[in-house]
Amino acid sequence: MGIPYYPGCTLSTKAGGYDRSGRAVAAALGMDLVELPNWQCCGATFPLATDNSLALIAPTRVLYEAEQAGEQVATLCAICYHVLKRTQTTLAKDTEMLERINWFTEQDYEGRVEVVHFLQLLRDQLGWEALAERVVRPLTGLRAAPYYGCLLLRPYNEIGLDDPEAPLILHDLLRALGAEPVDFPYNIECCGSYLTVREPEISEGLSREIVASSREHGAQVLVTACPLCQFNLEYPQRATGFGRTGNETPILYFTQLMAVALGLPEEDWGMEDHYVDPRPLFETA
Amino acid sequence: MSRIGVFVCHCGINIAATVDVERVARELGQDANVVFATDYKYMCSDPGQQLIKDAIAEHDLDGVVVAACSPSMHERTFRQAAGDAGVNPYRCEMANIREQCSWVHQREPEQATEKASEIVRTLVAKVQQDEELAPSYFPLTRRALVIGGGISGLEAALGIARSGYPVVLVERQDHLGGKMARLSGTYLNFEAAPGLLQRRVEQVLSHPHIEVMLQAQVTGLDGYVGNFQAWVADVSAREAGEPPAEPRRIDVGAIVVATGWDPYPLNRLPEYGGGKILDVVDGLTFEQMLQPGAEIRRPSDGRVPQEVVFVQCAGSRDPERGVSYCSKVCCMYVAKQAMLFKQRVPEGQAYVFYIDIRSAGKGYDEFVQQAMEAYDVLYLRGKVSKIFARGDRVVVWGADTLVGRPVEVEADLVVLATPMLPGSGALTLAQTLHISADGYGFYNEAHPKLRPVESLTAGVYLAGAGQGPKDIPEAVSQAGGAVAKVLQLFAQETMVQDPTVAYVVEDICSFCGVCVPACPYEARELDPLRRVATVNAALCQTCGACVVACPNKASRIHNWEPGQVLAMADLLVK
Ligand SMILES: Cc1cc2nc3c(=O)[nH]c(=O)nc-3n(C[C@H](O)[C@H](O)[C@H](O)COP(=O)(O)OP(=O)(O)OC[C@H]3O[C@@H](n4cnc5c(N)ncnc54)[C@H](O)[C@@H]3O)c2cc1C
Ligand code: SF4
Ligand code: SF4
Ligand code: SF4
Repeated sequence: MGIPYYPGCTLSTKAGGYDRSGRAVAAALGMDLVELPNWQCCGATFPLATDNSLALIAPTRVLYEAEQAGEQVATLCAICYHVLKRTQTTLAKDTEMLERINWFTEQDYEGRVEVVHFLQLLRDQLGWEALAERVVRPLTGLRAAPYYGCLLLRPYNEIGLDDPEAPLILHDLLRALGAEPVDFPYNIECCGSYLTVREPEISEGLSREIVASSREHGAQVLVTACPLCQFNLEYPQRATGFGRTGNETPILYFTQLMAVALGLPEEDWGMEDHYVDPRPLFETA
Repeated sequence: MSRIGVFVCHCGINIAATVDVERVARELGQDANVVFATDYKYMCSDPGQQLIKDAIAEHDLDGVVVAACSPSMHERTFRQAAGDAGVNPYRCEMANIREQCSWVHQREPEQATEKASEIVRTLVAKVQQDEELAPSYFPLTRRALVIGGGISGLEAALGIARSGYPVVLVERQDHLGGKMARLSGTYLNFEAAPGLLQRRVEQVLSHPHIEVMLQAQVTGLDGYVGNFQAWVADVSAREAGEPPAEPRRIDVGAIVVATGWDPYPLNRLPEYGGGKILDVVDGLTFEQMLQPGAEIRRPSDGRVPQEVVFVQCAGSRDPERGVSYCSKVCCMYVAKQAMLFKQRVPEGQAYVFYIDIRSAGKGYDEFVQQAMEAYDVLYLRGKVSKIFARGDRVVVWGADTLVGRPVEVEADLVVLATPMLPGSGALTLAQTLHISADGYGFYNEAHPKLRPVESLTAGVYLAGAGQGPKDIPEAVSQAGGAVAKVLQLFAQETMVQDPTVAYVVEDICSFCGVCVPACPYEARELDPLRRVATVNAALCQTCGACVVACPNKASRIHNWEPGQVLAMADLLVK
């Protein structure tokens, strides 16, 4: 069974490892992610201006393409998910806006397609138990701290993936993989997001606190579903260069840990391009 | 031919400024069945009523239409006046030309006047066919049932008993007092709650007119105002795992519901460490530490906390994750608790995070000022975003919006001022008693302004925090109000039953049963022997649902007969 899949720009470029590991684990689980034949950038920010019609055009075009492909469209990137999902809920409520955008794009988006995150498919379609059964290389002993960030969960009434104050979806996933999820107080604190472009000191400061707190609570790795979080948390640790000195915390996509646990070959892990190389953790003795 | 009089009221300028009242009287005077029509400034005044009475005598009237305000305002007044002058009161009707005409058509006086005349004409048509009816009377049981033995229930029971009527007080726990028994010193003067309460409890227990049933619950209610049969079950057997005893039947005339509130579960606040961090407690738990004889100690390691953070509105005023309402008492008890803490731990520091301070009430704001000024409690205006453990301390992240900066406090103990929720089981009890509750489970009052202590079911009254968050003085006042209502009821010699209720024309009733579930007041039953529907007149509220539901027009309402309604409609639908 193939699931229409929207990779988005970041996963097609900088976060290629996320895309590669994601497609590989999906295929291994029989949930093939089938890239939309024709897609464009979603805009990467959900517009919050009073008149947001112009900025809603890009994500609506994506939704239109997705609607041609099926009933659901899956994403891996938390930002694309955020933008598409909120656009979908907004247009479901605001039919006037929907008509306006359709008039402009000369497309006929009907508002039917459902935007899902791949995590949601794992939880609701596959189920954690079924996933656990597919694990061939349990990540026993790996203390992995789930880091949720903001965009995957908030605002709850438009996204509704998990409890925004006490999320569990990544915890449950890690447990299914045999790892030990580490709770730490910063797991839903903001990493600074796009401030990394304009005011990198701010996002670096926030990110260092997040990583430090996870370490205080005994985490060996941080696990995320967002390419921007991944970058923000990892980049400030670059000074120590590639390779592990023992003082860095690798920042992994959940799909990368899945690829390891499902016993996929190393090229499917997508771990070559990290500033902090996580691979030594998974070296077989 | 009837001999009907029409009396058009100006209501000062309320009606007369829009409707040409003289013209309405003139036009109605032409109606074949109207023998007298006039207008007057205030019909409800003494001279106005006298005018009606005089006209009845002079023109030998047999029916009256008063064109004025809503019947819920003055129907009783005018029926009384008509009755005094010898016209059957049920042949006196009101035509509402104020709420349903002048008030809503102020910009179109011409059409308003035409509409007023039409409204009055329909009532003239109705009165022609109104029957002469008489109310019925039945006895009432002068005993009251009070449900809930917190401060409101205790006050209600004492008030009724001291007026000489027997009271049964049902409490589901094994002791009286409710939540007040767990409080420390109360605001405004720190008087100890247990002492205040104990006096009340003793007075109740020793009062000869009060029977206290502990570990008991009301499981069923039949009957109607003045004549309820309540079923009260002993729950101690169930708790002990034994088979429950037969519920006991208690006949009462009135019921006061005083089931109070319950605390908000801490685990609904995971972002504040609720249920996860031992040293994050709720207000009620902290009250118990502040009680005389108790000690303020951290639940985790028993140390005396030096730095205590209070978080106001924790879970309240939060439509997204908590409850939307303001719990009303927490701004006050936080100030109280902070001061009591400082009295016990003078070198300690208390912080309060707040959105705004709600301290309306006599002396209340001064009390909060006292916490800030005399006790150096540090008030920080901002919402707390997150609370988590760091080592053995509790970190509170908030903001001080007055200086525009995020704030972090490392505390020894955090007190969450969580909202009061309606008592658990309130919704079940509401169903049993046929009263309604809002979306949270707080009982609904019959009218938010004019009938704040009554439920919508006649004879069932409300007191205390079960109707909405309130503090002790408010709970006591409401209990006093409920007592007054019960006494008002008991002061009647007999119960008067209005005759304009539903009845069944048994010859054409097909026993189909459609009307039974249609009735929202459970006033209808099927009689299997005679195979007809019957109406319990005491429960009927004349809503008309059964009349519409009945496929055979067998269900009717006295003086709202099909012929009357059609005659009225004929005048409007031309
Ligand atoms: C932390 C805190 C501090 C406070 N401090 C103050 C203060 O200093 N001053 C002040 O004025 N107010 C204070 N209050 C408010 C005060 O607690 C309430 O006003 C008061 O408890 C209301 O009394 P009540 O009788 O309405 O309800 P409750 O005290 O809740 O009593 C209700 C009773 O009904 C019983 N019951 C419930 N359901 C049933 C049922 N189905 N059948 C039979 N019995 C039932 C319960 O067991 C209970 O005994 C404080 C509140 C809190 C949370
Ligand atoms: S009384 Fe004060 S603390 Fe309680 S909910 Fe209202 S504003 Fe918040
Ligand atoms: S008129 Fe209303 S309350 Fe009366 S019996 Fe009919 S449905 Fe019930
Ligand atoms: S709906 Fe009419 S016919 Fe049917 S039982 Fe009721 S009164 Fe009788």
